[in-house]
Amino acid sequence: MREQNPDGDAEYCVPVASVNDIVTARLQGRALAERLGFSPGEATLVATAISELARNIVQYAGSGDILLRSTTNGTRRGVVVVARDRGPGIADLKLAVRSGYSTSGGLGLGLPGVRRIVDDFQIVSNRQDGTTVTVTKWRI
Amino acid sequence: MAVPILKQSQYLIATIQSALSDEDLVALQAALVEKVGKFRSRGVIVDVTALDVLDSFASRTLRDIAHIIRLRGAETVIVGVQPEVAFAMVQLGITLEKVPTALDLEEGLAYLGKKLQHARAEP
Repeated sequence: MREQNPDGDAEYCVPVASVNDIVTARLQGRALAERLGFSPGEATLVATAISELARNIVQYAGSGDILLRSTTNGTRRGVVVVARDRGPGIADLKLAVRSGYSTSGGLGLGLPGVRRIVDDFQIVSNRQDGTTVTVTKWRI
Repeated sequence: MAVPILKQSQYLIATIQSALSDEDLVALQAALVEKVGKFRSRGVIVDVTALDVLDSFASRTLRDIAHIIRLRGAETVIVGVQPEVAFAMVQLGITLEKVPTALDLEEGLAYLGKKLQHARAEP
């Protein structure tokens, strides 16, 4: 799905409801990063971050969306990824972004790993609204 | 998309073709475990050259595959991790632990050949 925001930049919304949507979301994110002139290495970081965020949605909330849009800061260009769900929320946010912590039996690399590979990381989570993770990756 | 598995003498070669879903990976795991027994294979090569992302789930599944295959009496080597994928894995904090890796299919076959020769030489 494609819509135009006021800056004329494209915004993409990828609904995430199953593990197959994880692949769609990360391919879209990579394509956007490449269009903005990201190197293959940087585009892979964007795709990897999206993969982790989308998997969190499927695993913990069942369904949600990945929003992708471009952003600018002066002459710099960046990709913003918003992963949002209406799931149960995260009980202890501080713990969830700590390396090695996991409630699912995973490696606990998901959120702390994503935080390491992006430039800006914000997370809002509560029982009523679910979880929204917003990350930005700037082109070098 | 299912991953094709090629039998070549005592080896199985699984070539991952494109962006792989979680389900495909889990299916690959089951197929390899079954085929190692069916063909009495001694070595397995998983070629990830075409894979665009190796995130925490994919890495864990590859690691599990290698450990399960070892319990079935065969060796696994992962080949073709692309430079940018390797870079992202390190940044994310992902490792394949003790799972052997090789540059490409050719190096992977050489590794298995040496490993199996060595195993035969031991009493």
